[in-house]
Amino acid sequence: MSRILKYVILDIVKNKIVIVYTIILALFSWSAFSLEDNVAKGLLTLLNIILLTVPLVSILFSTIYIYNSSEFIELLVSHPIKRNRIWTSIYAGLCLSMIFAFIVGAGIPIVLFADLGKAIMMISVGTLITAIFVSIAFLSSILSRDKAKGIGVSILLWLYFALLFDGLVLFLLFQFGDYPIEKMMVGITAFSPIDLSRILILLQLDASAMMGYTGAIFQDFFGTKLGLFLSYFLLFLWAFLPFAFSLKRFRKKDL
Amino acid sequence: MIEVKNISKFFGKLKVLKDVSINLEKGECIAMIGPNGCGKTTLIKSILGMVLPSSGEIIFDNKSITKDIEYRKNIGYMPQIGRYPENMTIGQIINMIKGIRNSDEELDEELYHQFHIEQLLDKQMRTLSGGTTQKVSATLAFLFNPKVLVLDEPTAGLDPLASEILKEKIIKERNNGKLILITSHLLSELDDLISQVVLIQDGQIVFHKSVLQLKKDTGEDKISKSIIQVLKEKVA
Repeated sequence: MSRILKYVILDIVKNKIVIVYTIILALFSWSAFSLEDNVAKGLLTLLNIILLTVPLVSILFSTIYIYNSSEFIELLVSHPIKRNRIWTSIYAGLCLSMIFAFIVGAGIPIVLFADLGKAIMMISVGTLITAIFVSIAFLSSILSRDKAKGIGVSILLWLYFALLFDGLVLFLLFQFGDYPIEKMMVGITAFSPIDLSRILILLQLDASAMMGYTGAIFQDFFGTKLGLFLSYFLLFLWAFLPFAFSLKRFRKKDL
Repeated sequence: MIEVKNISKFFGKLKVLKDVSINLEKGECIAMIGPNGCGKTTLIKSILGMVLPSSGEIIFDNKSITKDIEYRKNIGYMPQIGRYPENMTIGQIINMIKGIRNSDEELDEELYHQFHIEQLLDKQMRTLSGGTTQKVSATLAFLFNPKVLVLDEPTAGLDPLASEILKEKIIKERNNGKLILITSHLLSELDDLISQVVLIQDGQIVFHKSVLQLKKDTGEDKISKSIIQVLKEKVA
């Protein structure tokens, strides 16, 4: 597996889009910390940027990369190597390169400015979000042979997780505002990795105080060790399940 | 060497291969011909393990190919359009495939030298012309001295000189007792290469004959003319 992995990473790291992505992340991060007068505000600004751009770039770049590699994957299949290994190597290669770009671009300034606990939290969440959206990209590109359709599905999924899901949650909150649904809201966040990550970080920043009663419920759950563990577990699941499903399809796919 | 037994393949409702059976023996250079969409690519891809047949089985050296992928050590494949990751260099591609194959057998570097690949090792794949990419594909197909060569439109896109080098290599390997499968629309290119012809139409094999037999049956002295005559008879 490492035989392909190494070359896939070498290929992606040299890609212009990835280089530009790294530079833009660095620009955003450095300016977020330099412009805000306190670190917590800087982190908050950066969080919003990361939760918008990292998923978008991860999912779009990966989808396009997978489609562009289709002939290359065909060629690899004609060699004595298992399909599992080919697909997993490309997943690992995309994940590692995108995570590398994220850590070089945003990780370095975060470590330099924020204190260790928050920095670790921020970087681990960014890393997981990257892996999750690469994983979702694998899912959307296995669903259709048509590149345009695959990219369309990817954009829709990103739109759903980044914007629509929040709208849906707000709608629910307004509609059922008279009922005690705060606990249910904790469960609902599990369905969106972006919201899950946002809440994890916000609680670290003690910004939950601004979220009123819901914030207090969240604090009760996510603030505990069990809650923290459970959230990370859910994020790992998000990074694993879409890819696992795509792997199952890929093993039986006609190339 | 390769036995295809009652292969059928559906893509949705479309039946691309209809109960195809064929025996491919070593030492032969077999041309697969037929109109576009007749199923020849699907048949070849089934042999390579890229397409999984809906029913039937393929036997390679007395072993079914569905369970064991090791048979692919014995196959060299040259795709019609080779597209490689943009930023990889030719050297990296070759090293990667060597790593996957991981064979201790001696490499066949004849094409590698004849196409002067060693001068291009640092070139990135996206900077290459279509012809040069085909040269890389051809080199990779022959590099590991496989028993079976599957060449999809091998000479399309190659310049006359490279095309001649490749054809001579094909003849040489055929005489070495290898099985060579070629699909091509360039009928005139095939004359001195092939020893058998398989005509596929609508997912079925119309005939599988030696070249001599085909020429005798049609009374023509060129493969291209004989085939065209057969196709015309079919229409009429």
